[in-house]
Amino acid sequence: MSTAWTRKDLLGLRELSADEINLVLETADAFKQVGTREIKKVPALRGKTLVNFFVEPSTRTRTSFELAAFRLSADVINISTTTSSLTKGETLKDTARNLEALHADILVLRHSSAGAPQFLANRLKASVINAGDGAHEHPTQALLDLYTIRERRGKIAGLHVAIIGDILFSRVARSNIFGLLKLGAHVTLVGPSTLVPREFEKLGVEVSYEIDDVLPGADVVNLLRIQHERQRREYFPGIGEYVRLFGLTKQRAKLLKPDCLIMHPGPINRGVEIDSDVADGLQSVILDQVTNGLAVRMAVLYLCGGIAT
Amino acid sequence: MNQTKQNPPAAVPVMDAEAIRRALRRIAHEIAERNPRLEKVVLAGIPSRGVEIARRIAAFIREIKNVDIQTGVIDVAMHRDDVGTRPELPVVRASELPLPLEDLTVIIVDDVFYTGRTVRAAMDAINSFGRPARIQLAVLIDRGHRELPIRPDYVGKNLPTGMREQIQVRLQETDNAADAVWLEKQ
Repeated sequence: MSTAWTRKDLLGLRELSADEINLVLETADAFKQVGTREIKKVPALRGKTLVNFFVEPSTRTRTSFELAAFRLSADVINISTTTSSLTKGETLKDTARNLEALHADILVLRHSSAGAPQFLANRLKASVINAGDGAHEHPTQALLDLYTIRERRGKIAGLHVAIIGDILFSRVARSNIFGLLKLGAHVTLVGPSTLVPREFEKLGVEVSYEIDDVLPGADVVNLLRIQHERQRREYFPGIGEYVRLFGLTKQRAKLLKPDCLIMHPGPINRGVEIDSDVADGLQSVILDQVTNGLAVRMAVLYLCGGIAT
Repeated sequence: MNQTKQNPPAAVPVMDAEAIRRALRRIAHEIAERNPRLEKVVLAGIPSRGVEIARRIAAFIREIKNVDIQTGVIDVAMHRDDVGTRPELPVVRASELPLPLEDLTVIIVDDVFYTGRTVRAAMDAINSFGRPARIQLAVLIDRGHRELPIRPDYVGKNLPTGMREQIQVRLQETDNAADAVWLEKQ
């Protein structure tokens, strides 16, 4: 390991170097092993307080951060939209300052506005971890995707990764694109032209509107959820047409190389982006992603929360 | 901790490669004497030099007793009690121990024994894997200044030091330079 971690916050993968990304992945290796012990808990963050502040609904990310914090012996408070004073008109900054007044050391923030974690990171002494902000970034999801690819394929450089679906509204796609390119993968985005504008080519990826052309050459396919809550009609004629043109059906999955990994950040819309049989098939690493998410989040909390402040 | 290992002019040599070899060989003899059932012993090194020292002791035991003793790695970084108080965060590594530990003797192996806090963290790490029959401690150098009630079972060399002095250990496999131990005054 050649680099040292110096960041109190994790806001996105765009600002991380390849060395820093690799340091997180190597640190996650060590924490993954903790999950196999009889006592799955280490004292690394004993005495620290973590606030899970989710202004947008989430089950798996919040639970994953919560369990990661427990395994590092931190204390955890969960605040969600329904229990927060934001519904009473308090501003984000005021809520955050109140959390800081309680001596929270780490703030894990999910927010519908891009840039909200950056806003707080600039104003708080506490570490701020971005757990998804608008359509901007979702760094820990991309890190766990990278970790899973590296674990299964032994490397990332040189692999061809296809990211399929709603790219425009996807923070997962953005963080994945930054991370994959930094580690030397080749990335192709696939989806309807309304959701995968050619603008993305400027980032250094390919854009395709023909899934059947891309699948045979892919080493990894990462299927993104169609975000019903963010869709408006103009982007999207209908579910039936999406499945016909871009869904990873059982039939289409036959185009994949036998060792191609099938990934999905969840929650899955079975029968939309992916057929049930494919999601549960041998090539699917969707549940490995969940397991690895825990190790990666332990690594991120350890690195950001452990540096001297 | 593991900065470049260049011998500065003020350094006092303490052990050369031959002295290190003899010290580790003697420790191997002592371990074999005190633990008649060597198949129930695991030498668990603390990264990075402790792991290499454990490997060498295991090789001497193979030579002396013709037994392949088990070895392992104990990561102490995530069990330390000073996270957040040091400028640089310790790098965490995966621990590797043979499981279950229940009827094994785990011998913690490290290069320099100082305050005892690292060994305390190592014992906590081992306990998170299970409950070994006993834990022992083997170190190449004991430099004194304990801050916890812990003592070593096997010592390569006792070296009384001042608080302002530093012990530097260099091993071929971990530092890519000839084996040596020396003392630096600050």
